[in-house]
Amino acid sequence: MAAISQGIEATTALFLANSNKFLFSSCGSSLSEKKRNFFVVKSDGKSYSGLNQQQRRAQKVVTNAIATKKDKAPSSTASKPGHELLLFEALREGLEEEMDRDPCVCVMGEDVGHYGGSYKVTKGLAEKYGDLRVLDTPIAENSFTGMGIGAAMSGLRPIVEGMNMGFLLLAFNQISNNCGMLHYTSGGQFKIPIVIRGPGGVGRQLGAEHSQRLESYFQSIPGIQMVACSTAYNAKGLMKAAIRSENPVILFEHVLLYNLKERIPDEEYVLNLEEAEMVRPGEHVTILTYSRMRYHVMQAAKTLVNKGYDPEVIDIRSLKPFDLYTIGNSVKKTHRVLIVEECMRTGGIGASLTAAITENFHDYLDAPIVCLSSQDVPTPYSGTLEEWTVVQPAQIVAAVEQLCQLLR
Amino acid sequence: MAATAFSATKFMQPLPPRLNSTRSAERSLFSDPLKIKTTTSFLGSIHTNKLSLSRSPISHSSSSSSASRRSPNVVAVSEVVKEKTTQSTASLSSLLITKEEGLALYEDMVLGRSFEDMCAQMYYRGKMFGFVHLYNGQEAVSTGFIKLLKQEDCVVSTYRDHVHALSKGVPARAVMSELFGKTTGCCRGQGGSMHMFSKEHNLLGGFAFIGEGIPVATGAAFTSKYRREVLKEADCDHVTLAFFGDGTCNNGQFFECLNMAALWKLPIVFVVENNLWAIGMSHLRATSDPQIWKKGPAFGMPGVHVDGMDVLKVRDVAKEAISRARRGEGPTLVECETYRFRGHSLADPDELRDPAEKAHYATRDPISALKKYMFENNLANEAEFKAIDKKIDELVEDAVDFADESPLPARSQLLENVFADPRGFGIGPDGRYRCEDPKFTEGTAQV
Repeated sequence: MAAISQGIEATTALFLANSNKFLFSSCGSSLSEKKRNFFVVKSDGKSYSGLNQQQRRAQKVVTNAIATKKDKAPSSTASKPGHELLLFEALREGLEEEMDRDPCVCVMGEDVGHYGGSYKVTKGLAEKYGDLRVLDTPIAENSFTGMGIGAAMSGLRPIVEGMNMGFLLLAFNQISNNCGMLHYTSGGQFKIPIVIRGPGGVGRQLGAEHSQRLESYFQSIPGIQMVACSTAYNAKGLMKAAIRSENPVILFEHVLLYNLKERIPDEEYVLNLEEAEMVRPGEHVTILTYSRMRYHVMQAAKTLVNKGYDPEVIDIRSLKPFDLYTIGNSVKKTHRVLIVEECMRTGGIGASLTAAITENFHDYLDAPIVCLSSQDVPTPYSGTLEEWTVVQPAQIVAAVEQLCQLLR
Repeated sequence: MAATAFSATKFMQPLPPRLNSTRSAERSLFSDPLKIKTTTSFLGSIHTNKLSLSRSPISHSSSSSSASRRSPNVVAVSEVVKEKTTQSTASLSSLLITKEEGLALYEDMVLGRSFEDMCAQMYYRGKMFGFVHLYNGQEAVSTGFIKLLKQEDCVVSTYRDHVHALSKGVPARAVMSELFGKTTGCCRGQGGSMHMFSKEHNLLGGFAFIGEGIPVATGAAFTSKYRREVLKEADCDHVTLAFFGDGTCNNGQFFECLNMAALWKLPIVFVVENNLWAIGMSHLRATSDPQIWKKGPAFGMPGVHVDGMDVLKVRDVAKEAISRARRGEGPTLVECETYRFRGHSLADPDELRDPAEKAHYATRDPISALKKYMFENNLANEAEFKAIDKKIDELVEDAVDFADESPLPARSQLLENVFADPRGFGIGPDGRYRCEDPKFTEGTAQV
């Protein structure tokens, strides 16, 4: 308790006096490597300058474009560095590493303990850490999310799992009022280092209520950060970053991406919560996407490349706040923007992103921003109808062709 | 009156008649003011007998040792009442409090009362705005419970939280400044009347929506258990108190948390401040079974009913409930029958409540009752009380002066505590984190 109170005062004091503490030097040439030099005084009084040790490592491992990875023929694992695993295993690895590192990290949710998690993200953890650290809760989302918030306020670092993101609608009271606001209404006295995570998105005929995309509902809540993972690599990195963050973070996973296999580094790495990921550099058009739609975009990218286009694909990853630096640099280069998202059209992430880009980079645009989102319908059960609610690669190709036509 | 309206409707089951006659079927004791006067010998010690379950040698001693101990979890109010009515009015062998304790309780209650009265004055003078909910009349609950806590124990309250903050130790200056919206307030002026927080005194809020604080309290209790069992801090026995009202007891979060607290034996006490009214909604009109203490045993924890206008009774029950939690035996649900002398908030004209009901409870003012007890038992004299009254008056005046003289928040404070880590504001178009922009702290940056 005492340590935390020191931290709050120190952090607040730091913020008040930060104008002369932060130094900035311009970043390197490559878009994927951002160097940030800054002087930071940590809450325990220690200070460091330059890049965080872990961030330096993260910079070294450059994310490869998904398209090129898929085309690679499988080669022997012995010669390659790192280890191969599925996305849900990567999440678990990140979670386990953080739980080993800090005994205050705990998990709470329905069926996370003995059952191992409905998507096996917490499999084996209850046996290792005990029933209190991996807590099986009764079915009371609003209350156990609130319990997580109370635990975070009193010194723990809980991770609340919504069995399906949609269930967190029941916890909206706690997420909006307490999670987002308490740091502010307490005048900075209490911090809420909670991670709320779970699978969302449109799956395979799961029905309307299990196919929700809550990022659009939560994005207005002040005081929270939202990130969406899409690969095993960024899943683990974002999970670790979210757990280490002092802010409340909502980590959006996708039901259909849990079994993606990827090779990730053996050494420890933590990604930056606020940064976007350059998936495929290009010249003609900027395609902004996140989560599952990244794969639809990359599939469309293959077709586009064959047709002679050169799309730049960015996985925005950070849904709140937007990384306007990566996005801006891309817009300044290509002058055309296409947003592909799984959110619904009305009031979605794409809508906010369109507004942000228009506000900040209007002069650099040669064409109106095109936003492809899911239809404003409750997701139907029937397979064909469900396919038509979300954006498909063919639509992406058509949109790019139309966008680029305006310049020819 | 509401009762007659009810009996007219066909599909409603007849409810017990309204408060003036009986508040619940069995407790006819409270109907007759005369009876109350003669039984002001505080009978709290009788309650403690029923609550304690363990015979462990480490049990925290209560001021009165109880001769008989009973095993079951459930405490029936009727049993308590039976004992009360059969109890002779002869004085108990030992006093319930010492002089120092008594004066401390008196001072705390007077502080609460004076502070709230001053709040009303300041509100009507335009020094504070919005929703302000005053605690007049309920002081016995706050003082009775919170004065038994250590600094590390946590308190979670509702929007009627000024007096909980004061009892927990938050300086009156900090609370008054917060109400005036000044930057020297306990929450830098950002919380207001309904959001009193104090890290130092472990006051976890101040919540505007009813029921939303109960899970937070459950979380704080969970942390205490976690510290003991996972982090192996063997001496961590911090207890959390959750205060809320009768209206909240019909809310889902209340029941969900009763379940979780009992399931995991969390060190928490759920304190219901049943003042019978949720703004204009009578408890009896809103609740199928108005006896809230009964809901405890339904979840596997003791449910106790206590006279919330009597600080010594509350204190006795509180001692046992808090010791239970400290010993690791789990939660308790305590229903305090109390009353608010003012309206729901300063904006409430309070026209719905029966003046006879208000008059009835005015005779049971907890401050007068304590004073009377102390006089009768020769624990203090008038001069000592007057000295405390004067001291508190000066304290409250000083709080107002301090708040008046304090500065309002500067523009730069607007964005300051949104994130604990201000990098959460993101990376701006120029590649820098927004919080690194000097204009950000001045409050002139565009976000």
